Amino acid sequence: MSRFNPANLERARELLTHYPRAKSATIPMCHLAQEQDGYLTEEAMAHIAELVGCTNAEVYGTASFYEMFKFHPVGTYVVGVCTNISCLLVGGEELLDHASGSLGIRPGATTADGLFTLEEMECLAACTEAPCLQVNYRYENKVTHEGFDRIVADLRAGKRADIPRHGMLGAVRQSIPADRRAGVKAI
Amino acid sequence: MPAPTKMISTRWDQADGHTLNGYLRTGGYEALRKALAMNPDAVVDEVKAANLAGRGGAGFPCGTKWSFLPKDIFPRYLVVNGDESEPGTYKDRLLMERDPHQLIEGVLIASWAIKAEQAFIYIRGEMPHAHERVAAALNEAYAAGYIGKNICGTDWSMDVVLHWGAGAYIVGEETALIESLEGNRGMPRLKPPFFPASKGLYMQPTVVNNVETLANLPWIISNGAAAFTSFGNEKNTGTRLFAVSGHVKNPGVFEVEFGTTTFRELFYDFCGGIREDRTVKAFIPGGGSAPWFFEEDLDTQLDAGVVGGKGSMLGSGAIVVMDDTTDMVKAAWRLVKFFAKESCGKCSPCREGTNWMEKIYRRILDGEGRPEDVALLLDVADNISPGLTWPPKQTTICPLGPSAAAGALVSSIRRFPVEYDHYIVHGRPIDGVSTGIYRPSLAPAS
Repeated sequence: MSRFNPANLERARELLTHYPRAKSATIPMCHLAQEQDGYLTEEAMAHIAELVGCTNAEVYGTASFYEMFKFHPVGTYVVGVCTNISCLLVGGEELLDHASGSLGIRPGATTADGLFTLEEMECLAACTEAPCLQVNYRYENKVTHEGFDRIVADLRAGKRADIPRHGMLGAVRQSIPADRRAGVKAI
Repeated sequence: MPAPTKMISTRWDQADGHTLNGYLRTGGYEALRKALAMNPDAVVDEVKAANLAGRGGAGFPCGTKWSFLPKDIFPRYLVVNGDESEPGTYKDRLLMERDPHQLIEGVLIASWAIKAEQAFIYIRGEMPHAHERVAAALNEAYAAGYIGKNICGTDWSMDVVLHWGAGAYIVGEETALIESLEGNRGMPRLKPPFFPASKGLYMQPTVVNNVETLANLPWIISNGAAAFTSFGNEKNTGTRLFAVSGHVKNPGVFEVEFGTTTFRELFYDFCGGIREDRTVKAFIPGGGSAPWFFEEDLDTQLDAGVVGGKGSMLGSGAIVVMDDTTDMVKAAWRLVKFFAKESCGKCSPCREGTNWMEKIYRRILDGEGRPEDVALLLDVADNISPGLTWPPKQTTICPLGPSAAAGALVSSIRRFPVEYDHYIVHGRPIDGVSTGIYRPSLAPAS
């Protein structure tokens, strides 16, 4: 797995048509590459550099600024527990501790079976639903310790079809039909 | 007791409120048709007359921001700031997930008003559901002729593009957002010389508006500025969304008339009071950046000028309540840690200072605090934000570092010096307070 496969290359080329300058498509293309491979490979970044017309280092320079991009394989499910202020006040640290014990890994690590990566997250914009966590950026609100174990058990049992593997963004994508497009002018 | 006033959250409980059918059935896109029959400058004037303040945090008047665009320089762009990540803030995601067409209609009205060549909706990366809802709505709106070529049968054509963020708080700052949208690291630009209105995206005139700000536009155009200003008070018009979280019985997001309700009413009437009927020790009135308020401030109106006059800000409508059991050193550390982690690294005072402050907090919380540590924290903070006043002075390009210095850190030290001293002398919090379980040395590296 490395460069864009034909289907994703087509989507990457479509992304280029959304912007007046090609380089603006860098971050969406990084998401696309991460969706394809589960993380951002060097080959994918080289391919993106070719497509947007910059150096490989510039793509890496941009991508490495953003927390969602991973440069090594991570678990099928990245579990991010919020410990910022609103969650802290109602048990965020305890939830992270429980998650760590339950999965048998410290935050930042991946389980031996490659299924889970645990992360400590900053504010996820679900403050009234604290304590909250995300599994591959899908929200779980007001999570109890029992609730956490249930989520993990369900994921292991393949019962959470609503949570795709890591890297998958929204199931619905913007697609601008050719006959409706106003036409983006290059600048 | 004041009641919520629904102006922009009317479709949140409507099962199909996020679909085009559900939107059209409830008056959707009529404001756009009305705006398109108006001269763009008349739309700007209407929004100016409505006195719509920006809802992203700074509260700058939207119509005035638009009027900074230089005449006759094209192309120009509208960028929608949907990178909601200020600690405690939870409103834009709801607006995007539950009523995406309202946002899109606002985007179109704004684009018409400022004669934008193209609009970009920049949504925080960690919100795939918001992406899905906005993408679906954009696809519907394109197919139905509300976006794209010949909008609503007129000669006007423009594209609206959904853009994905990838996890960086600083991108909420408008010039950092522009850098990110150009495919770069999200680092704020030095201003002056160039402000986005004159040289923004691709060095062209650009307006960056918050999601909630734009969501107000359909209502304003449909009902008129006079009707809009009948809500709220003289300087705070319309409604605001406030997310109340922390130690209240029923946390929630409430839309209330701007400038009318008090914090006490919000906590006790809307949220059912403080958990276990405890007392309020402190609360954050406007997001993780804001200086804290205390029990004596409960009767303050949710009025931007009044809150500002008392040395804090309403910011992004993020209110976090801390009861009398809260460990203030721990709470302040979490906020300082957030800024240390999210510092983009461009300016030395912030990059170095926030991290040094966080490290000093760590040793205090670990029971290894030194007698001089509180003075040292204040000294480092003063180097990021001289004088430690509010609004903060800056030795940096953007307010991120100064918020870390002049917000939670200073508020907690000034109000609760005893709690810091107790940690430093005894290595643990004062009796009766406890928040969380981690000592930083045991906490994971992040």
